Amino acid sequence: MTVDVLERQGVGSAGALPATRTPPADTAPAVEPVLSIDGLSVGTGNVDIVIDVSLAVAPGETLCLVGESGCGKSLTCLAAMGLLADPVRLKAGSVSLQGRELTGLDEKHLRQIRGRDMAMIFQDPAASLNPVQRVGRQVAEALVVHEGLGMRAAMHRAVELLDRVGIVNATSRAEAYPHQLSGGMCQRVMIAMALACRPRLIIADESTTALDVTTQAQILKLMKTLQQETGTAMIFVTHDLSVVAEIADRVAVMYSGRIVETGLVDDIFDHPGHPYTRGLMDCRLHALSATSERLAAIAGTVPRPAARPSGCAFRTRCPKAAERCETLPLPRGFAAGQTVACHFSGPAQ
Amino acid sequence: MNLRFILTKLFRAFLTLVLAVTFVFVVLRMSGDPVTQMLPDDAPPSVIAQYREMWGLDRPLPEQYVHYVVGILHGDFGFSFRDDRPALDVVLERVPLTLELGLTAFGLTLILGLGAGLLAALNRGTGVDHATMAFTIFGHSMPNFFLGILLILLFAMTWRILPSSGTGTWAHLVLPAVTLGTSYAATVARFTRSSLLEVLHQPFMRTARAKGVPFRRSILGHALPNAGIPIVTVVGLRIGALVGGAVVVEPVFAWPGIGQLLVNAVAARDLAIVQAVVLLIAFTMVVVNFLVDITYGWLDPRIGVVRGEANA
Ligand SMILES: Nc1ncnc2c1ncn2[C@@H]1O[C@H](COP(=O)(O)OP(=O)(O)OP(=O)(O)O)[C@@H](O)[C@H]1O
Ligand code: SF4
Ligand SMILES: [Mg+2]
Repeated sequence: MTVDVLERQGVGSAGALPATRTPPADTAPAVEPVLSIDGLSVGTGNVDIVIDVSLAVAPGETLCLVGESGCGKSLTCLAAMGLLADPVRLKAGSVSLQGRELTGLDEKHLRQIRGRDMAMIFQDPAASLNPVQRVGRQVAEALVVHEGLGMRAAMHRAVELLDRVGIVNATSRAEAYPHQLSGGMCQRVMIAMALACRPRLIIADESTTALDVTTQAQILKLMKTLQQETGTAMIFVTHDLSVVAEIADRVAVMYSGRIVETGLVDDIFDHPGHPYTRGLMDCRLHALSATSERLAAIAGTVPRPAARPSGCAFRTRCPKAAERCETLPLPRGFAAGQTVACHFSGPAQ
Repeated sequence: MNLRFILTKLFRAFLTLVLAVTFVFVVLRMSGDPVTQMLPDDAPPSVIAQYREMWGLDRPLPEQYVHYVVGILHGDFGFSFRDDRPALDVVLERVPLTLELGLTAFGLTLILGLGAGLLAALNRGTGVDHATMAFTIFGHSMPNFFLGILLILLFAMTWRILPSSGTGTWAHLVLPAVTLGTSYAATVARFTRSSLLEVLHQPFMRTARAKGVPFRRSILGHALPNAGIPIVTVVGLRIGALVGGAVVVEPVFAWPGIGQLLVNAVAARDLAIVQAVVLLIAFTMVVVNFLVDITYGWLDPRIGVVRGEANA
């Protein structure tokens, strides 16, 4: 099934690549993944925030990381980029990009990889741009640093990139400072910056959340197009399921630091296996239908990492919670290519 | 930065200057009649009246004020009682020496303050950081004149490696410049450290890392230009303290600049000299503040732009 997705993306031939590592039994892509995260744990002091997360993305594939606010999506992405900052640190696990192990690499080498092979688009575009530098220069910098271009040549390319991401009057907009641009424009600048060196992996953290619906739709379409052109792998973080439906090939659902369900996007929407995923789906249906009957929403909020219940972290909010849920449910095959971590979600009939 | 921004600042500078000129006039007239204090106690009333007339002190205050302002506009800052020369000449003669001392202290401050602040921020929590912080506390709590005396005791009297007074060689400059610059450098170091630390945690610094910008380039290209804005503010604000400090430090080291001149003139109630020195200091401050404002606008493109004015 995964291969189907890849073929749909026009990278089916990449399936011929030898698999150098044994893919986990779940939904890992059959070709060698661009990025693979194994048993990643991230935390502060003695509090674990992200626990035992494993993910992989294939060339040309879009993996959506879904979950409510505070469940650890951003920290997972930052850990993958090697961008964790005090007091948060990597506690366990490995991250490898195109087969190269990144954990344990020093900052100097990471800087050579970041921006060139992997790029990240941050949650808050306006704050993520340097307020006192013209945006064109900020896009050009990646080219200066990684491709050794002179500033003039790099600026020329930067203008092309800005144009490519749909900024009209790119030549003059390149001279603007971030505060002179709207949120949507800043987001496009961030995308142009991420695309500059044609990285193999782009991580986009809620990069459309702050935008109005129209701009959001434009940017999603743009990212999808650019991705199909370049065959870049993408991890797209969001808590908006309509965005997931729009852009994802595969979905990983995160709750309180753990991946609770993974699968192909259609399967997840058709037959969600985890009660939390079902809750999210119901919220969405509820939001879609204009009726005001409030029956679907998941009561409560994500527990703080320090106050996480033992066993299944979802049990304080789960409608099906039982005594068994005080022990940790392990991820199990639910349907072909779909994995669920819940005691009561056996393989679908 | 636009023309309107510059014009606004220029207007503000002008207004400050007018206020300063008026303030000096009012304060000096309020602090007693200089003639009675200048002349011997037994001077006959006719002589007193004669002097009062000569310096226009017998006129109504508004007339004196107009006379005073017109004089300033013509470069006439009055006549020094003691030197029997135009006050401006006496003052200008001393300016180069104060400038020499002030600029040396200023340069020392920038190198020491910026350097220490930068090192402390980049090595947060290490020995370098703690040493810098200890230095800034020392620099802040030590009054200028006391530090001056301490340095004279150590370097001039105990170890006898530096002269304690006078001018002429660079060795003469060391102690007064260090005395004058220490607390200033402490302030600059503290601000450099704190504003840099704040900038280092900004999301755009993470963006630079995510882009793969090398460390040195990210500090020079992204951190410093942003941290520079608050640093320029303190540097500018504290130039006032530097000028004020010169008044205290110069007499300690018998450095014949305008600081020493001012102290002597006050003691002798040489009104015109006091007036000229104070006006000169005020003028310097206004110019410096104007330059700081302009530097600001140059460093921070957000300044001088009305919000939303240039929205995309
Ligand atoms: N620097 C930090 N120090 C301590 N705790 C942190 C830090 N950064 C994040 N956390 C905690 O880690 C948890 C996960 O944070 P994260 O930002 O990864 O969530 P998220 O899933 O991206 O949420 P959102 O949708 O709001 O962006 C949260 O509970 C947050 O409070
Ligand atoms: S393990 Fe129990 S609490 Fe957790 S999701 Fe399944 S049923 Fe709910
Ligand atoms: Mg987040």
